Amino acid sequence: MYVIGERINGMFEDVKEAIRGRNASLIQDLATRQAAAGASALDVNVGPAVSDAKGAMIWLIETIRAVVDIPVSIDTAKWEVMSAVARQAPGEKILNSTKADPEIAARYVGLARECGAGLIGLTLDAEGVPGNVDKRVELGAQLITIATDGGLAMDKLFIDPVILPVNVAPKNPGHCMAAISQLKAFADPPPHLLLGLSNVSQRCSNRALINRTYLAMAMACGLDAAIMDPLDAELMKTAITAELLLEKMIYCDSYLEAARHR
Amino acid sequence: MSRIPDVSENWTGKINTVTIGATPEQGGTRSRTVTIGGAAALPFLSFEGPVGNRPAIAVEVWDSGGETLPDPLRNSYGEAVGSPGGWAKKAVEFGADLICLRLMGAHPDAENRSPQQCAETVKEVLSSVGVPIIIWGCGVNEKDNQVLPAVSAAARGENCLIGTAREKNYRTVVAVCLADKHKMIAESPLDINIAKQVNILCSDAGFNLEDIVVFPTTGALGYGMEYVYSIQERARLAALRGDRLLAEPVICDVGFEAWRAKEAKAPPFSSVTDDNRAQWGLMWEAATAAVLLQAGAEMLVMRHPDAIRLARETIDRFMPAATTA
Repeated sequence: MYVIGERINGMFEDVKEAIRGRNASLIQDLATRQAAAGASALDVNVGPAVSDAKGAMIWLIETIRAVVDIPVSIDTAKWEVMSAVARQAPGEKILNSTKADPEIAARYVGLARECGAGLIGLTLDAEGVPGNVDKRVELGAQLITIATDGGLAMDKLFIDPVILPVNVAPKNPGHCMAAISQLKAFADPPPHLLLGLSNVSQRCSNRALINRTYLAMAMACGLDAAIMDPLDAELMKTAITAELLLEKMIYCDSYLEAARHR
Repeated sequence: MSRIPDVSENWTGKINTVTIGATPEQGGTRSRTVTIGGAAALPFLSFEGPVGNRPAIAVEVWDSGGETLPDPLRNSYGEAVGSPGGWAKKAVEFGADLICLRLMGAHPDAENRSPQQCAETVKEVLSSVGVPIIIWGCGVNEKDNQVLPAVSAAARGENCLIGTAREKNYRTVVAVCLADKHKMIAESPLDINIAKQVNILCSDAGFNLEDIVVFPTTGALGYGMEYVYSIQERARLAALRGDRLLAEPVICDVGFEAWRAKEAKAPPFSSVTDDNRAQWGLMWEAATAAVLLQAGAEMLVMRHPDAIRLARETIDRFMPAATTA
C-alpha cells in the first residue's frame, strides 16, 4: 500500500501557522513522524489564501527535505505554482494533480516526464465530477492513454476516481469502488489506483471508522495508494491487514509488526 | 518456428548473504570462510537474475555415538567415527565446506553429556580442521539452554553457525549468539507462519535478521520431501517479492533425515541384493539433496561421501561456472 501522508496541509491550523511564521520544527516533526509511521510519500499543500503560494511550497519542501528522503506530493490546483515548484524542488516528487481534460493532462504528463515525477490524475474534467461509473472509467482510460502517449510509465501514474463525502454523495463510495476495479483491468501493467481517503468522511461523525472501513473495501477492489493520515494507527493497521487478506503477505502472529520490516 | 517467450520475472527482493567462519585476520582460527545466499532470482535461473553463491555442503559429525551409524556410513568413515576430531578430518577429506557438529551425546536420553564435555568437543573439532563450524544442539530445550552457552563461549571469535533457535527457546540462543558473535539457525516445524514468527521474535530480541539461517525442518524422499519443497518454495517466492522476514538463506538436514528412512538402511524391495544394498542409503540421501537444492537450499548437511559427491555434481550442473550475487 502506497501511503501518501496528508498531514502537511495548510487547512490544518497548526500547519497554517507554521507556514505563516516559517516554523520549520513543526513541519519537520510532522514529516518525520509520518515517515516513521510508514508513509511512502508526503503530500504538501500550502492551504487556501496564502499570498506567495510558490515560495511557501518551496519552503515547505526544502524544510521537509532536511529530515526525510521520501518523495513529496506537490498538492496545488494552480499550473503556475506546480510547474515552478516541480522544476525547482529538490528530490523525488509526485504532481498532485491533473484533471482528465486532454490538453491539461498532456501538459502535466510533459512536466512529470521532464522532472522524473509521478503524476496523480483525477477522473474529472471541465464538466465536473462524474455522476456515474462509466464516465469515471472513461476519464480514467483517457488519462491512461494520454500518459502512455506521453511516455509516462504506468508505475508513475496514479488514477484518482475522486471520492466524495458519504453524507452528501451516498452512491459515490460504490461508484469509486466499481471504477477502481474496472480501471485496474485497463492496462498491463496497470497504473496505481489512488483515493484522497479522508474526503469520504468529510463533515461526518465517526470519521476514523468510516475512513478505515472504506480503505479496506477499496483495497479489495484494487486500490493500492491513498492520501491519508499515517498517524492514525488503526488506519495503518487496517491497510496492513487488508493486504494480508488479499494475500499480499504471508501470515505470522506478529504480522502487523512484520510489515514494518518491508 | 515460434519464439519461446521470455518468462523471466522482475523480482524486487533478494536473499540475504551470511558468512560463517573467521580467519586469523578476522579474530578466528579458520583457514577460510563460507558465504551462502544472495540469490535475486528463482533457484539457478541465471537468465532471470543473480543466482547467488554456490550452495555449501556441511558434513555431519557427532560428539559421540558414531558406532550406532548405519553400516554404509561406518564403512565409509571407518575408525574415524571414534573421535570427533578424526571424524571431522575425514569429512574434510570427503569435501566438506563446513563441519556440522551435532551434539547427539548431550541428549538426556543418550549419554546426557555435560555442557563442559560438549565445550571440549567443540575445541577438539576446531583444532582438528580449518573449515568453518556449525554447532547443532540436541533439540531438548532445557538441555540446549545449558549446553549452547558453553559451546558458544568455547568457540567465541570463530563466527560459527549455532542452532537452533525455536519459538520456545529463542531468547537463550539469541543471547548466546549475540554475546559470542555467532550466526544463528532459526528453526520452525514445517510451518511458514511460525518460520516468519520466529524470525520476528529473534529480531525483536535484538538479533540481526541478516545473521540468521533458516531451518524450516527437512523431510527426506518418501517422508514429506514434497511438502518441505512447497514450504521452501512459498518462502522463497515471498522473499523475492520483498518479504524481509523470509529472505534468509536455508539449511536442510539431508543426511539425518535420509538415513532415518528404512529404505536407506534396510530397503524392503525384491530387487535389493547384497551387492546393491549399500547404494540405497547414499542414493536416498543424494536424491533428497538434489530436490531440495531446486527449492533454493543454500546449505545441505550431509553424511555419505558418495552422496556428497553426487550433490556436488548436481550443483555443478546447475551452476556451470562459479557464480556470485
